[in-house]
Amino acid sequence: MRDAVRFMLGDELVRVSGISASLSVLDWLRGTARLTGTKEGCNEGDCGACTIVLVRPRHGRLDYRAVNACTLLVGMLDGAQVLTVEHLADGARLHMVQQAMVDAHGSQCGFCTPGFVMSLYARAKQPKSERVDAAEALAGNLCRCTGYAPIIRAAAMIDAHEAPDQWDRRSKETLARLEALHDGTTLCLGDGDTCFMAPASEDELAHLLVQHAGGKDAGRPTLVAGNTDVGLWINKKLMRLDPIFWLGGIDSLKQIAESNDHIEIGAGVTYSEAQAKLVGLFPETGALITRIGGVQVRNSGTVVGNIANGSPIGDMSPLLLAAGASLGLRRGEHRRKLALDEFFLSYGVQDRAPDEFITHVSVPRLKPGAVLKAWKISKRADQDISCVMMAVWLDYDGARINDIRLAFGGMAGVVCRARACEARLRGGPWTRQTLAAAQAQLREELQPISDMRASAGYRLDVACNLLERLYIETVERAPTRLPDASLA
Amino acid sequence: MVAVPERCGRSGPINLREACGLLEMPWPQAGRPAVPHESAARHVAGSALYIDDMPEPAGTLHIALGLSSEAHADITGLDLEAVRQAAGVVAVFTADDIPGVNDISATHSHDEPLLAQGRVSYHGQPVFAVAATSRLAARRAVAKARISYAALPAIIDIAAAQPGGVMVCAPMVLQRGDPAPGLAAATMRLGGEMRCGGQEHFYLEGQIALALPGEADEIIIHSSTQHPSEVQAMVAAVLGVARHAVIVEVRRMGGAFGGKETQGNLFASIAALVARATGRPAKIRPDRDDDFIITGKRHDFLLSYDAAFTEDGRIEAVAMQLAARCGFSADLSGPVTDRALFHADNAYFYPAVRLTSQPLRTNTPSNTAFRGFGGPQGMLAAERLMEEIAYATGQDPLDVRKANLYAPGRNVTPYHQTVSDLNGLALVEQLEASSDYRARRAAIRAFNAKSPVIRHGIALTPVKFGISFTATAFNQAGALVHIYTDGSVQVNHGGTEMGQGLHSKIIEVVARTLQVPQEAIRISATNTGKVPNTSATAASSGADLNGKAAEAAALTLKTRLIDFACRHYHLKPEQVRFTREGVVLGTSVLSFARLAQAAYGARVQLSATGFYATPDIHWDRASGKGQPFYYFAWGAAVSEVAIDTLTGEYRLLRVDILHDVGQSLHEAVDRGQIEGGFIQGMGWLTTEELVFDAKGRLATHAPSTYKIPACRDTPPDFRVALAQGLAHGAATIYGSKAVGEPPLMLAISVLHALGDAVASVADYRSCPRLDAPATPERVLAAVRRLKDSGLGP
Repeated sequence: MRDAVRFMLGDELVRVSGISASLSVLDWLRGTARLTGTKEGCNEGDCGACTIVLVRPRHGRLDYRAVNACTLLVGMLDGAQVLTVEHLADGARLHMVQQAMVDAHGSQCGFCTPGFVMSLYARAKQPKSERVDAAEALAGNLCRCTGYAPIIRAAAMIDAHEAPDQWDRRSKETLARLEALHDGTTLCLGDGDTCFMAPASEDELAHLLVQHAGGKDAGRPTLVAGNTDVGLWINKKLMRLDPIFWLGGIDSLKQIAESNDHIEIGAGVTYSEAQAKLVGLFPETGALITRIGGVQVRNSGTVVGNIANGSPIGDMSPLLLAAGASLGLRRGEHRRKLALDEFFLSYGVQDRAPDEFITHVSVPRLKPGAVLKAWKISKRADQDISCVMMAVWLDYDGARINDIRLAFGGMAGVVCRARACEARLRGGPWTRQTLAAAQAQLREELQPISDMRASAGYRLDVACNLLERLYIETVERAPTRLPDASLA
Repeated sequence: MVAVPERCGRSGPINLREACGLLEMPWPQAGRPAVPHESAARHVAGSALYIDDMPEPAGTLHIALGLSSEAHADITGLDLEAVRQAAGVVAVFTADDIPGVNDISATHSHDEPLLAQGRVSYHGQPVFAVAATSRLAARRAVAKARISYAALPAIIDIAAAQPGGVMVCAPMVLQRGDPAPGLAAATMRLGGEMRCGGQEHFYLEGQIALALPGEADEIIIHSSTQHPSEVQAMVAAVLGVARHAVIVEVRRMGGAFGGKETQGNLFASIAALVARATGRPAKIRPDRDDDFIITGKRHDFLLSYDAAFTEDGRIEAVAMQLAARCGFSADLSGPVTDRALFHADNAYFYPAVRLTSQPLRTNTPSNTAFRGFGGPQGMLAAERLMEEIAYATGQDPLDVRKANLYAPGRNVTPYHQTVSDLNGLALVEQLEASSDYRARRAAIRAFNAKSPVIRHGIALTPVKFGISFTATAFNQAGALVHIYTDGSVQVNHGGTEMGQGLHSKIIEVVARTLQVPQEAIRISATNTGKVPNTSATAASSGADLNGKAAEAAALTLKTRLIDFACRHYHLKPEQVRFTREGVVLGTSVLSFARLAQAAYGARVQLSATGFYATPDIHWDRASGKGQPFYYFAWGAAVSEVAIDTLTGEYRLLRVDILHDVGQSLHEAVDRGQIEGGFIQGMGWLTTEELVFDAKGRLATHAPSTYKIPACRDTPPDFRVALAQGLAHGAATIYGSKAVGEPPLMLAISVLHALGDAVASVADYRSCPRLDAPATPERVLAAVRRLKDSGLGP
């Protein structure tokens, strides 16, 4: 057991102990470390002004990831290198990424700028072959002044001129220092009032959960993986969480296991880490995954976390529901498997005991002839919560629908299958007539609510129209997709 | 040989980039060599200081506000005992603790208490303040208050307000001629309504103030405000002290957009109240959600129009009523709704016209200034009218627009000001050609005919925006310029830097006037102790007013130096020339620094103030006549979009802008204002939707629910050009034109391009009448309405 979180802040090894379990990295950086370049814009992971870069060893090299510091807890820095905007310049000389922002006139008020610089920096650290389009990489950073055009120009300038920086030059040393921090011990960080624990193994987590079970609500552990949602309970609802159990210290939960007929995504796997595998499984869902949060959220948030919090508007659950996924759960030594359909009981209630945790989600591969499509409808294309999300798994042979699974987010208190509609479609010919009947069924089956994102009427109309889109795409084959607005 | 200020301690040409700590990079510079924003290197390094970045003095208290949970109610009980007892709490304040006046109305309407007293008038109104040893402690303590209310009837929106019609100030009427006969006898006439939403500023740096108590009644306030002098006045009134006891300082804001013209008064006054009462430094930085809930926004409007026009689409008579949700207090709603009327003509001539405003009081946050200041909403009415007429007469909306533009002989506005620089048609025709508008429109129609689901649309809209505060007195500015004996120059002026590049422009003005390099000039923080009685940095006027004032101060100094040189070196004035290579004195050249040193030695004053008052403007609101604007800024934009007729989703594909900035003081800054203003305007008209529930609670109070444009909403093809060779009759600073607000309204082209795409589903036979914001839901609703109209193919 270790009572101090250890990480590198720039080049300096830091040990922090005696802090509140829910202290955010943003508050620690600005308050204790007095590194005020990292800004607070929204304190909920939506604006990117607090973007920092976390560096961790991965497959023998350093992996640079942009994350939001506001929804990151200090304990979650364990074993990482933290780079903030203050760490980029080499002495008095600006970093090339910063220089490009100056020369492209990419800052006006300057408040969002450090966040953009760090997102651009993290992107520049990705191998060129893996580097995503700049506008996609910056979708998690809001700027209210520039309209983004000069920042995108800066990204193009960065792509055209690369040179190793001071951190590249000492990457071997950094790698060794970070690997030395990986000591396999459980971290227990606290101020005597609250406690942040990072168990080092699944067994230990299972044991700790059982140990803490039966306590009053106040003492009930909160499981945290990326903290992208729980961070809002802390920052906005000012909830006192004690203890917090973080999954990030458990290597075995960070694995993606593949077999012939399915893949298993561990509870510690982030969206970013799962993205390539999911797109490989379901090629038609790639665009969806890049529209879940921004890069920072996808670098922190986990696929399983999105399921576990039971949100009716999470985007992974409908996708995986349609895909026919199941969950692995563990309670003490007892393990069970549960179809994802059965996990969501009602709004805010899932089939998981307080001392139980999800180990992984198991996602079956597509059988030949089947397709999985997913569409997300939101006010803004990027980094927005769906007002309607539809995912459909379809086995269609060109005349008849052999089988179908239709899942929705945003249409009820839980993500749900439209089973009656599925039944209408299953086994029948796929015609305009069938479509109309299925749409009528959908209107009976779904009772969405009106809220600030959309009216119930719009949600229903769109759900029906997405069925039509499915028909057009699979039968009539007219173009139904908006031009890709990504910037070349 | 380039003059070198001695402070650099070396000779030889100055490398400006090096002087700023910048690298020479191999990438090409666009256009002419562009000087970065004066703070750019600090922005990207994270070393530019905002108020929350300043080290906190020992003992600083942190403030959180307790907010009303009701939209309209009498406070029947206020039990704050548990708040006082909460951990870390040092003091709790209510309206009873205010030593001076409990009013922060910017327009002296006496309807805006600092803290509610007895009655709350909107959900989110501050009722009490907690000062604690940490921000978290203050926030936690707030939740422990027990307030009981007796509910009163609450008026939330325009529809509810209109029947009673209680207004926050007197409405305005603009009338020229009498439209009634023209409307009655019209061959063609139509009327309608349009709704447009409000807009949250979403400055990235939220509201913040830090108050530092001094001796006796003195106090220094660091405030994120566009209007330091008003903060000074408010703080003085709230504390009951003279204004000379209050110093307000602003180095920079992390964005403002009008949201810090008056909205900073509340936070600065609270901080001052706490600092004065406790004798300790006090800081307030509301959480983003509270910032959304407490502060005012852009006004949403209901625009009603009635127009007569000829069969070829030329307007004969117009009557409009522009009703606005103003919120619980007047704030700036009078001037905002006035400016809406001033722009309800946009760039078009109305032969007979009557325009009336309706500034309605509601139980919602008090709506306030926002880039454009009512102008955008007024322009929407004009552009909707053009669209209606185009569909009614079966023409390309562009042809209707061109037919109605101000032109010789048709150049008098509804407020009786003659439009002197008639740049509209030249600008529109140039853009029409450069954007290939006609061919693209034809191609889009051909595409749509073959595309059942995805439809494209295109629109070109112009902008004419009046430059000057319509409150004529505000059109004045002061500056203070010091030359030090090393040749470095410090400039202070009344304007504030919020990212718009004002300081960069002022540096350019002084550099040109004194012919010194830019790095020899530093702008110090805006400070009410240096330049007093300033106007808000608003109305796009920052560079126009403060640039002229700074130039005046620099010219005074230059004149003194010339006089000195003539005396000292026995020259005639025409033999003294300030150049970038140094000051030419007859046949020799002296560096600026050496001249300054010599002048100091001869006891010449090297500090001067400058003052400017805009000439030729006057305005009489009661009669609706005058010349409120010194000149007009012009622009035009073409937008092309694609919509999905199944979901209402859309993409902006290409934007072409031609905008008139006169002789640009700083091209990079001006382009930044154009691109950024356009995208901000697009957000207002598309994805930014403010939703209040029936109880007056704002449901969209954070970026998770309120969606400003993100990176991929910027068009992949974005072409911005600065117009050349247009008429500009006004004697502005170095021939430049104001650029802060006008480009925002170029985004009206996006709304109309969406409308054009929607209209395709009814074969362009029915006006799409798309209201704003055109969220995917509204686009889909318009598609359905047109499909259901039976006019489709």
